[in-house]
Amino acid sequence: MNSPAVLVQNLSVSIDSKPILTDVSVSLESGRFLTIIGPNGAGKSTLLRCIGRLHKLFSGSISIAGRPIADYSRRDLAKCVSYVPQSGDRGLPYTVREFVMMSRYPHLGSFFTVSRTDRDAVARALGEAELESFAERRIDTLSGGERQKVFIAAALAQGAPIVLLDEPTTFLDYRQAAGILDLIRRMNRSSGITVISVTHDINQALDCSDWILALKDGHAVFSGPPAGLLPAGTLDRIFDLPFEVLPTPSPRIFPKRPIP
Amino acid sequence: MKPRTIAPILLIGLLLLTLLSPFIGSIPIRSTDILSSDPTTPAHTIFWQIRLPRLFLGMCTGIILAVSGMIFQAMFRNPLATPYTLGVSSGASFGAVLFMRAGFELSSGVFSGVTLAAFLGALTSIGLVYSVVRLRGVFSTSRLLLAGVAASFLFSSLIMFIHYTANVQDTFRLMRWLMGSLAMPGYTLVWQLMVVAVVAVTVATLSMRELDLLSTGDDIAESRGVNVERIRHILFFATSLMVGAVVAACGPIGFVGLMVPHICRLLVGPGHVRLAPSVILTGAVFLPVCDLLARTLAAPAEIPVGVITALLGGPFFLWLLVQDRS
Repeated sequence: MNSPAVLVQNLSVSIDSKPILTDVSVSLESGRFLTIIGPNGAGKSTLLRCIGRLHKLFSGSISIAGRPIADYSRRDLAKCVSYVPQSGDRGLPYTVREFVMMSRYPHLGSFFTVSRTDRDAVARALGEAELESFAERRIDTLSGGERQKVFIAAALAQGAPIVLLDEPTTFLDYRQAAGILDLIRRMNRSSGITVISVTHDINQALDCSDWILALKDGHAVFSGPPAGLLPAGTLDRIFDLPFEVLPTPSPRIFPKRPIP
Repeated sequence: MKPRTIAPILLIGLLLLTLLSPFIGSIPIRSTDILSSDPTTPAHTIFWQIRLPRLFLGMCTGIILAVSGMIFQAMFRNPLATPYTLGVSSGASFGAVLFMRAGFELSSGVFSGVTLAAFLGALTSIGLVYSVVRLRGVFSTSRLLLAGVAASFLFSSLIMFIHYTANVQDTFRLMRWLMGSLAMPGYTLVWQLMVVAVVAVTVATLSMRELDLLSTGDDIAESRGVNVERIRHILFFATSLMVGAVVAACGPIGFVGLMVPHICRLLVGPGHVRLAPSVILTGAVFLPVCDLLARTLAAPAEIPVGVITALLGGPFFLWLLVQDRS
């Protein structure tokens, strides 16, 4: 029997004795696309950081490929899971190639020498993200969209079958966001990478995901395929705001009143 | 000419100057003097017992200070972070002064009790600054520097208190020591600092990839497979040992850890695979050259080398601060 790529069971997290997540469970098969939605402060990023073992104090269990994450060495976990943080204000002085090469860290041999395989993986990742012409540019000279692409390319070069994305399109303009979404969808559909993404954009979640998990005040209030969000009242309860659904051809969702 | 083509020439020139520096000084020395069969001539003694150990001491200290600066800048993700600017040298000085004032004369193996006390002082102040800065999760420049200033003030006032309780001779001795100097004859300190310089070089070369990742952010480093907590403990421990050893031997010599890594970064870029070797090499020539200036500018009088590095480093620091846009 195949174990799910990611299995979260009864996850609870408190920070400074304030509950952030309460009894959250979710299971994801390999190659699927999970989107986590919910209002600000609902615990979306914390859940993502727990799965990547960036936040380590939690109760409950998280397994990657059937093995609890605490049993992995840091390097072995990095071979399975890569993480794309919000790249917003990170003006790094490294060139794109240097930065993407750093992702090969878990694969480097003794004395941390860079091998042919590492160079090939970096070249492939830069190709997939269409960054070849930027390879020698410094990251702090790039625009927000380009920078986000670099961070995703770095996750690809890491060679992990699971990629965690923290609000990959926030702060980007429409064209840049579309480019990033395209890239994420391609790596999910063509390369079979399991994706877990946190977003504010519900329509984006509808378009990309196989499964949606909605959090509110640290509780999982919805977990199911995207179509499950469409019935009237579902989203209203998650965001405490009336929503309107335009059904065809692909459903679009809007808040009924402009947010004051 | 581009800086990258000038740099190697400049480095070779400085290397030559460094190697020739024992011949330069208020008392000229000819090559025949040092090879003479009579080891009691003044020139022979000055060369072998004073200037040569001083050169070695300068090279080791330069390497240690430059490497510790480079490690701090990667760990705190800020080009202004050095043991000196973050108050770690002050912490080490306090440990050493307290030990000296208490009049202990301990020594165990290679390392003296003063070194141990300075090491503990350094470790305490790193812990202090780091936990203050970490509280809010982000390392903003202003927060970092304020924490450093606060630590410096705290330890300086403690040192002043010890001064107050000391007699005139002790105070004068402590004052001279706090200016930072390489003028210690003989080889005892050279061996001590050589051991620490070997530690510094080993740590720097073994952790080049980790330093790269740490400088991009803890979450990135961790998700790429770096055991951040462990490497940080190792680096804190190693830099405390490095700063403690230097401070115990020569007093606090400032700004080497700021200037050397920055100059190297301009020349070879921020990647530590190329940065670490160039910082080690530049550190080894930078401080001996400063020391050469220190003992020749006002010859036959000597300026403490710490005064020279501070005179160069102060404006350099301000210039970096003006450039910093974060």
